[in-house]
Amino acid sequence: MGKSIYTITSPLMGTFYHASNPDEAPLVKEGQHIEASSVVCIIESMKIFTELRTEKSGLVKSILVENEEAVMKNQALIEIEV
Amino acid sequence: MFTKILIANRGEIALRIIQACREMGIASLAVYSDADQDALHTRFADEAIHIGPALSRKSYLNLDRIMAAARKNGVDAIHPGYGFLSENATFAQACEAEGIAFIGPSSDCLARAGDKARIRGIVAGTDVPIIPGSTAALVDVESACQAAQKIGYPVIIKASGGGGGRGMRVAYNQQALIEAFEVAGGEARAAFGNPDLYLEKYIERPRHIEIQILADRQGHCIHLGERECSIQKRYQKLIEEAPSPFVDDDLRRDMGRAAIEVAQAVGYQNAGTIEFLVDAQKNFYFMEVNARIQVEHPVTEWVTGIDLIRQQIRIADGQPLPFKQTDIKIQGWSMECRINAADPENDFMPSPGEVNRLLLPHGPGVRVDTMLYPGCMVPPFYDSLICKLSVWDEDRPAVIRRMGRALMACQIEGIDVTVPFHRRVLADPDFIRGDFDTHFLKRFETSESGSRQS
Repeated sequence: MGKSIYTITSPLMGTFYHASNPDEAPLVKEGQHIEASSVVCIIESMKIFTELRTEKSGLVKSILVENEEAVMKNQALIEIEV
Repeated sequence: MFTKILIANRGEIALRIIQACREMGIASLAVYSDADQDALHTRFADEAIHIGPALSRKSYLNLDRIMAAARKNGVDAIHPGYGFLSENATFAQACEAEGIAFIGPSSDCLARAGDKARIRGIVAGTDVPIIPGSTAALVDVESACQAAQKIGYPVIIKASGGGGGRGMRVAYNQQALIEAFEVAGGEARAAFGNPDLYLEKYIERPRHIEIQILADRQGHCIHLGERECSIQKRYQKLIEEAPSPFVDDDLRRDMGRAAIEVAQAVGYQNAGTIEFLVDAQKNFYFMEVNARIQVEHPVTEWVTGIDLIRQQIRIADGQPLPFKQTDIKIQGWSMECRINAADPENDFMPSPGEVNRLLLPHGPGVRVDTMLYPGCMVPPFYDSLICKLSVWDEDRPAVIRRMGRALMACQIEGIDVTVPFHRRVLADPDFIRGDFDTHFLKRFETSESGSRQS
């Protein structure tokens, strides 16, 4: 059976952060295995920080945006091979 | 008088300060980020200078960039607005070192007012009541009971490491306290890794009521009455009014005196706000000093007829207050609705984006402070406050009707805004009666979701 790609998208316009705070390591890295419901990134919009979680476990295939990059609503952020 | 003021802010408050400067014959210098190139404050100021990328800490919070802009452009004063660097003692100190007037209190005063333990200590040395409580961590359940005995029940146990309502328990008697102490200690250890607990008198049904003060450099300090700010969600004010339906002349006089006492104890100059919690028996307790102009200052301007931004600039210029306490008269009633770019149907989720259609209310007794224009972009980088709608009328029932009429005419399309939420609050019987406290919105939203499901 072929592997499928699960894509995490941004629920709102904002700024993408790969870690909970600037001094910490990124929450996920490419090639890393992650469990369902773990936090993968933070979106800041209008001073509100929203943690995004993955619904599925799998392998992080690619992170499509840079840390601190502005993202649009529904923009693809992280691809996970499940 | 100053010749040029740099406005270290954006949005509606930057516009408000530009308006005051223009009326006073003072040139205004706006600063703007990448996200605000087409913003109204950038366009309406006499001059505008770019200070960095969209993210606040690289632009509006970038002290070095702002000071460089001030130096290069020959400004003699800086107005910090609210938020951003407005209560930053280092910023005020940098202005003082450059010989640029900071339109606000001194850096020393900001340092005192901004440190919660320090300001509590200062106020404890005055006659102004603070919420009674244990200052040190409680070592065991016996010391908790002793402290509660001294303060009087009900008490609230708080985790030293907690915050935002987490790790708190209320006890109405000793038996409940003993039980709560055991549970709360365990919870605090698990949740915050710190089992330390302290205890405070629990204020039931508290109201958040604040006093506006003005203090000049000559040592005069007056108050401009109160603002009622109990309609809050997660400590964010959404509707404010002046006067408060709960405050009578005696309470206003006592709170006004207390506010002046706090302001003088902390060495306050310029416009400031002293926040209090008020219980159902009209006892009031000092909470904190807001050492800046407040978002909700228009309601005070409506009922006193005093332009607070103009007074801030005059005080910073060294002029004495042009009026005495006895000159201050509270006339009629005023209310402000904070219109945010947020979705009230979806837990106030932020809603930045382009405003593609815009109609704003006009007419008697209506004031709109906003940076919106048709086709403008509301960026995701800053606060969600996009429009302050304030009204004045002769009394509170008339104000509620007038606000209702103004909200009907407030049409902001393309993004989600809190206008429908304000309309529903204005129709609530408890709100109309003036019967509310800081827990009002929690009850309101629970009963709303209940009635929608049925």
